[in-house]
Amino acid sequence: MEKREYQWAWLMVLPVVLVVAFSAIMPLMTVVNYSLQDIFGPNSRFFVGTAWFTEVLRDPALHGALIRQLLFSAAVLLIQIPLGVGLALCLPKKGPWVSVSLVLLALPLLVPWNVVGTIWQVFSRPDVGFAGVILNGIGFDYNYTGDSLDAWLTVLVMDVWHWTSLVILLCYAGLQAIPDAFYQAARIDGASRWAVFRFIELPKLKGVLLIAVLLRFIFSFRIYAEPFVLTGGGPGNATTFLSQSLTTMAVGQFDLGPAAAFSLIYFLIILLFSYVFYLTILNMDREG
Amino acid sequence: MSRIELNNLAHQYAPGGDYALQPMQHVWEDGGAYALLGPSGCGKTTLLNIISGLVQPSEGKVMFGERDVTNLSPERRNIGQVFQFPVIYDTMTVFDNLAFPLRNRSMDEHYINQRVTHIATMLGLEDVLKRRANNLTADAKQKISLGRGLVREDVAAVLFDEPLTVIDPHLKWQLRRKLREVHEQLNLTLVYVTHDQTEALTFADKVVVMLAGQVLQVGTPQALFERPEHTFVGYFIGSPGMNFMACSVEGNEAVVGDERIAVDPAMAEAARLAGGDLQLGIRPELIRPAAADETGHLIKVDKVEDLGDYVLVTGHLGEHEVHVRLDESEKIDSDGLRVVFPVDNALLYADDKLVG
Repeated sequence: MEKREYQWAWLMVLPVVLVVAFSAIMPLMTVVNYSLQDIFGPNSRFFVGTAWFTEVLRDPALHGALIRQLLFSAAVLLIQIPLGVGLALCLPKKGPWVSVSLVLLALPLLVPWNVVGTIWQVFSRPDVGFAGVILNGIGFDYNYTGDSLDAWLTVLVMDVWHWTSLVILLCYAGLQAIPDAFYQAARIDGASRWAVFRFIELPKLKGVLLIAVLLRFIFSFRIYAEPFVLTGGGPGNATTFLSQSLTTMAVGQFDLGPAAAFSLIYFLIILLFSYVFYLTILNMDREG
Repeated sequence: MSRIELNNLAHQYAPGGDYALQPMQHVWEDGGAYALLGPSGCGKTTLLNIISGLVQPSEGKVMFGERDVTNLSPERRNIGQVFQFPVIYDTMTVFDNLAFPLRNRSMDEHYINQRVTHIATMLGLEDVLKRRANNLTADAKQKISLGRGLVREDVAAVLFDEPLTVIDPHLKWQLRRKLREVHEQLNLTLVYVTHDQTEALTFADKVVVMLAGQVLQVGTPQALFERPEHTFVGYFIGSPGMNFMACSVEGNEAVVGDERIAVDPAMAEAARLAGGDLQLGIRPELIRPAAADETGHLIKVDKVEDLGDYVLVTGHLGEHEVHVRLDESEKIDSDGLRVVFPVDNALLYADDKLVG
């Protein structure tokens, strides 16, 4: 009897196993397969062991892209998380303005990613773009196609515009879930606004902040379309991030072996960082 | 500490809307233990929040002693409040939770230490002071909430908004006793909101019964039991509630259907003067079986329930349903029970209000 039940259970899970196999495991194993071979054509391939991994890990161009990528993700988290929490605290808690603000905030999230790049490319152009012309008009020598710092700042501001809303919406939902009694008790206890934030709101936001940090880290670490459209990775390679280097290698140069090895390393870095963030936030206020 | 006076107080949540609180005049004496009893939605919590300052009344004044505090914010009112669900600061230790109201008022750290230890000992929290508050049980958390209300020496009153809702039944009793102890030791004014009559009657010196935004009666548990001033009080307090029967008054007797029940002459006179819809009310506990030499009134017995230490008889006197609570030893004849309605315990109500 128990054995029959067990077999049924396995059948129930089978569709999911198949879907995951086709969508994740098989493509991933294909990449693993490529990363261990040198491929010249359909019928000419050689096993090379870990040679591609060694090469990729020693490539100075990729080191540069990795450092830029880490800087970018760090900047994104340091700006967007505090900004998102702050703005969520400023949103109205009830009334007709709630839906208005929520819809306005959701708009950037609805724009296709390459369109975001295009919008900002036009918006920031020093000759005809609204922001570019104004910046130059008030005396800044701003040109994101020529100056590395300008390009960096433009990509960062674009990302803040595009994604801070996600953090705001998550935090707003978290704040709305805090029962009124907590605020009432804090008023009776004579707590300052800062104390209310520090001891009530922030601890209760822990869960949504974990999600926000993870999503923002993962999205920013694999950013591709927006900077590709905006700056094309330039000037020079100032805004070339990992995913763009990878695409150039795999599609541009058709170096399937090194690109596959690179992909796996890239994937492991994201996995590792996400795991570290997850553990850190989860353990932030465990009893010591 | 001071007496708290509500002067012509009334509240509407929206201008022109229904009154959540009907205009009222009430004094909470300094050091009293009060219970605010009523069904859900009768305005108990609104009244409590007005006293603590979380809600601004739309009419009238709140006075702490001679001081008008109507427009003062809760933090400037010197009041403690304990909510239905334990409110604790998750990331702080129990000590820091208790010290929080004092630290916010920049008290001296030495004094804080002394005061927190004192309150923690009183509540039985001294062993967990160093632990994080969010890992404790619900009743310990509620004790912390209570402790935060008590830790300031200058509080005018501590208000409780159904504080035992989430506590296990066997701990409820312990916590309620703790509250009584605290009340005796600190001699604070306590106001305790509840819809549970047992809680109200065991906790309070005086019980305030509310219905639909109105205070119906303020009195000792005994007064509420023996002389309910409103039919709702009679019905709401007691298990089961008071028996009420529509009646008319002739001479010194209340006429219920074909039965004539003797009442106090002064009360009968007052009932005649009051007019309106008259009702005779009597507690199930105060109806006694007729002795062999008494005529009494015959109640047709519908149902007899043995509830452990007493027997509850449900029957009919004419067309009116009547509950009678009797000793277990009482022998009950299945076709009828002869009972006496003692004159002192038979009360008359005109338009739901006690006469006389």
